[in-house]
Amino acid sequence: MINKIAPSIQEALSAISDGSTILIGGFGTAGNPNELINALIEQGARDLTVVNNNAGNAEAGLAALLKTGRVRKIICSYPRQVDSYIFDGLYRSGKIELELVPQGNLVERLRAAGAGIGAFYTPIGFGTEMAKNADGSPKETRIIHGKPHVLEYPIYGDVALIKAEKGDRWGNLVYRKAARNFGPVMATAAKYTVATVHEIVDLGVFDPETIVTPGIFVSKIVKIEHVATAAGGFKKSKDAA
Amino acid sequence: MSQYQRRSKEELAKRVAQDMFDGAYVNLGIGQPTLIANHLPAGVEIILHSENGILGMGPAPSQDAEDFDLINAGKQPVTLLPGGAFFHHADSFSMMRGGHLDICVLGAFQVSATGDLANWSTGEVGSIPAVGGAMDLAIGAKQTWVMMDLLTKKGESKVVATCSYPLTAIACVKRIYSDLATLECTPEGLKLIDMVEGLDHAQLEDLVGLPIRS
Repeated sequence: MINKIAPSIQEALSAISDGSTILIGGFGTAGNPNELINALIEQGARDLTVVNNNAGNAEAGLAALLKTGRVRKIICSYPRQVDSYIFDGLYRSGKIELELVPQGNLVERLRAAGAGIGAFYTPIGFGTEMAKNADGSPKETRIIHGKPHVLEYPIYGDVALIKAEKGDRWGNLVYRKAARNFGPVMATAAKYTVATVHEIVDLGVFDPETIVTPGIFVSKIVKIEHVATAAGGFKKSKDAA
Repeated sequence: MSQYQRRSKEELAKRVAQDMFDGAYVNLGIGQPTLIANHLPAGVEIILHSENGILGMGPAPSQDAEDFDLINAGKQPVTLLPGGAFFHHADSFSMMRGGHLDICVLGAFQVSATGDLANWSTGEVGSIPAVGGAMDLAIGAKQTWVMMDLLTKKGESKVVATCSYPLTAIACVKRIYSDLATLECTPEGLKLIDMVEGLDHAQLEDLVGLPIRS
């Protein structure tokens, strides 16, 4: 019998090893799997590479993980936010490596990893800093249909940590509103995907037409308490003064 | 010298909104462009896209209805109109990169006469770089429009022969909507669409420092 429901987050994350690449869902605070990140901090894996759109907001979730100093490198599109001070400090003091990736390249590189695509050409980034490798050497380029393109490689995850809304024991998932964001793509791109859900339903309860992530992409699901997503990543006008 | 008045931010938003057409799929960039949503012409149905996975984005909710699972690209709470849809990031960026959006409106630090865009970094030493979806939008939308002040606070033109700031994309900007004039970027350089009352062509060329065809 297939049962992907893990009894606890701790159990679901027990096998994560040092040096892993961890894909973490979320855009700003929406879809951030804070409970999984907190358990990863507790679990203690270090020398991690983290992939997320941002680089943490205020003190919680990803920001708290960065604060532990166990993240060697972050791959993201938009680290700088009004409340990204933990990342900002680590970056300025040279304690974290940053690979900045245009957001569409970030998600397409994840998609490529999940879909078994070896590399892809895209016009995004041509003629910009993004068409250079970390050592400053140029990335491969090619003219396709008269338009210059840059060669981009997949981002493979060892682990994906994502936040969904509901799941069943086969690992089928549905999400909530714009908290879906990177979850379904990251689930495909990692060897081991853990999703938190607020509700576990019996098999067959989901309308098969509406399942967003089919269970084949999911290793474990864990039920957590429902907590409303907090605001983050922008300046509230009432605080602005 | 003749007297002219700059377009206020709201007037500028209204000017951009005037050129939106019925049925257009539109992405409004973070910051000033979001004001355009308040000025869309009556009787024109525009579908707003948000890069984090929303089509049919509506206005901000009242404070008691804020839901931070329903936010825009600037991470602020929004609403969903009837007929709206949610989708994951790969689909969202396919809409952007695959040429499905009719118009995107972005802010800018600099735009070249031939439409090169610099809007993600000033290249300042010690600053933290962040690019987000700017490159994907600039290249991917059918039309990329820029909304900005024509001059910097120091009075230098933000429309330039060659961008000195790091590029977002090459030859991607079709139109520049500014507080003083609306310009078209073409492979041959700038072309005038309109300018504020009281400003004349020679004055505008003098401010920009580049030839502008009428």
